[in-house]
Amino acid sequence: MLTTQNRQFLEFEKNIKEILDQIEETKNLAVKNKTIDYTPTIKQLALTAVEKRRELTSNLTPWQRVQLSRHPDRPYALKLIEKMSTNFVELHGDRNYKDDKAMIGGFAQLDGETMMFIGQQKGTNTKSRQLRNFGMANPEGYRKALRLMKLADKFNKPIITLVDTPGAFPGIEAEERGQGEAIARNIYEMFKFSVPIIVVVIGEGASGGALGIGVGDRVLMLENTWYSVISPESCSSILWRSWDKKATAAEQLKLTATDMLKNGLIEEIVPEPFGGSHWDYDETAQILKKYIKKNLTELQTLDSKTRIDKRIERYNKLGHWIER
Amino acid sequence: MSQAESTENKKNTIPLYTPKPDGNTPLWYQRPRKNIVTPTSEKRDTPQGLWDKCPQCNLIKLTKDLEANYFICPKCQHHYRIGSHDYFNILFDNKQYEPLFDNIFSKDFLGFTDLKSYQQRLDDIYTHTDLKDSMRVGYGKVLGEEIVIACMDFDFIGGSLGSVMGEKFARAVDVCISKRVPYMIICKSGGARMMESAFSLMQLAKTSSKLVQLSEAKLPYISLLTDPSFGGISASFGMLGDINIAEPDALIGFAGPRVIKETIKRELPEGFQRSEFLLEHGFLDFIVSRDKLQAKIHQMMVLFKN
Ligand SMILES: [Zn+2]
Repeated sequence: MLTTQNRQFLEFEKNIKEILDQIEETKNLAVKNKTIDYTPTIKQLALTAVEKRRELTSNLTPWQRVQLSRHPDRPYALKLIEKMSTNFVELHGDRNYKDDKAMIGGFAQLDGETMMFIGQQKGTNTKSRQLRNFGMANPEGYRKALRLMKLADKFNKPIITLVDTPGAFPGIEAEERGQGEAIARNIYEMFKFSVPIIVVVIGEGASGGALGIGVGDRVLMLENTWYSVISPESCSSILWRSWDKKATAAEQLKLTATDMLKNGLIEEIVPEPFGGSHWDYDETAQILKKYIKKNLTELQTLDSKTRIDKRIERYNKLGHWIER
Repeated sequence: MSQAESTENKKNTIPLYTPKPDGNTPLWYQRPRKNIVTPTSEKRDTPQGLWDKCPQCNLIKLTKDLEANYFICPKCQHHYRIGSHDYFNILFDNKQYEPLFDNIFSKDFLGFTDLKSYQQRLDDIYTHTDLKDSMRVGYGKVLGEEIVIACMDFDFIGGSLGSVMGEKFARAVDVCISKRVPYMIICKSGGARMMESAFSLMQLAKTSSKLVQLSEAKLPYISLLTDPSFGGISASFGMLGDINIAEPDALIGFAGPRVIKETIKRELPEGFQRSEFLLEHGFLDFIVSRDKLQAKIHQMMVLFKN
């Protein structure tokens, strides 16, 4: 459980922290001095804190949005699944090499309906961050995801993927085991599944590593997430030949949910609690659940052949060129 | 990208385009203007002068002798980096083929600007070369067998995958399906085109979805990986061939060697991400040297045939 004491704050969240600190101080005063009723003061401060949160997320630069998507307190895939579903059973392994901890998945139910959840998973402390490899999957992670998607397809269960990765892992072993092939295979196979696929970017959507579980009938993005062909840092280093232009790169890449929606690359933005999803896991999960269910209901009115055709058509429309 | 910016030493060459002998122009095919010629800048990317020095063993050879040897160094077998025109000349019978979709050009939809605007980058390339984008498509015969071949040009923004390559790829698949002919892609690319951001990323999905259709039509798809083939290429159609093949000693991978080195903070093993490494790890069917390429492609087409 997040409390004021163990919350972590980004630089541009400092003014919210100040108010939360004031609330704590006032609470302490209330304990010491029982003669004064501090309740109205605390209530007022709490309201101010929410207002500051609202202000913050209504006015962020793309780079700040990227930072918020990486907030250390942000709810990751397993947390969201836990909060919105029942009967979750995590399934492990790619049946070939190993169980990649950066990629999780399993069946769960949303209001009684079974579906397959798959997502990249980040850790919440130093140890688990390493265990989860910071959400950077290896080829076996993508192959595990594919195995689970095939399982879902076989038993006619919808597939929900939760994308949150700074990229597929760049390592020697990853290359030996075919990182490119693993991602390519997933992208290819995801066009063939007859069940509905809903993709939700819940944090970072970096490049092929994201797309490796990112082909769907509907693609949604949480409000404070990003999706791009490359991270702003790497883009800055390659195109500007400097690490200092990440904020500029974030602007140029048009990677925010708002830009992605405007450019027709996603279907919907899933709103987050004021200030970002790290302020309220339950609320985040409930909103997300509502959006998944709504989209699923719409997709289930189509027969599978139509759904696949529309899925292929969806991606074939994406692109801009000039014909002379 | 630095290579893309230094395309000098133009010289005249013969036009390569020859109309289809039967005069039967399919609907999907827009006949190019008669006066299309192919300057050398478009012709190939590395060997550019009268003489060329092998980057591997320093052997100096006359460019025309090199060309006669498929741009392979006679001493060390180094395969020079060449562009789509040279590959088409090597592969298509009598160097004859129909160029397809040459009328599709890149668009700076996002208004992307880094040190230069994307539009400026495109205009500069159009000024200095006659390349129209990072991939060209040709339809012709390989030792009598009809095929559509799409080939990348590294000189055009590092052979990067953007909306144009995606659209040409998609249309090429449609041609293959309507003509019932195999599809071959020759990869030579640094990866996705950053200036098109998510649109370039989505081309991985777009191209892969077309391969699903090609596969359903039971038509062969051959992916030839040449030096270099990275990023979005290997994470999509580059690795999805019915057969994946490569030229000798080509660098092929998902993440670039520099990125891997910076991430893991140790030296990379000898031969890492080379064709032979990929063959050893099970990601290639075979390695083929360029002088055997035409015969090998023909052989595969015959074997795929019913
Ligand atoms: Zn040599």
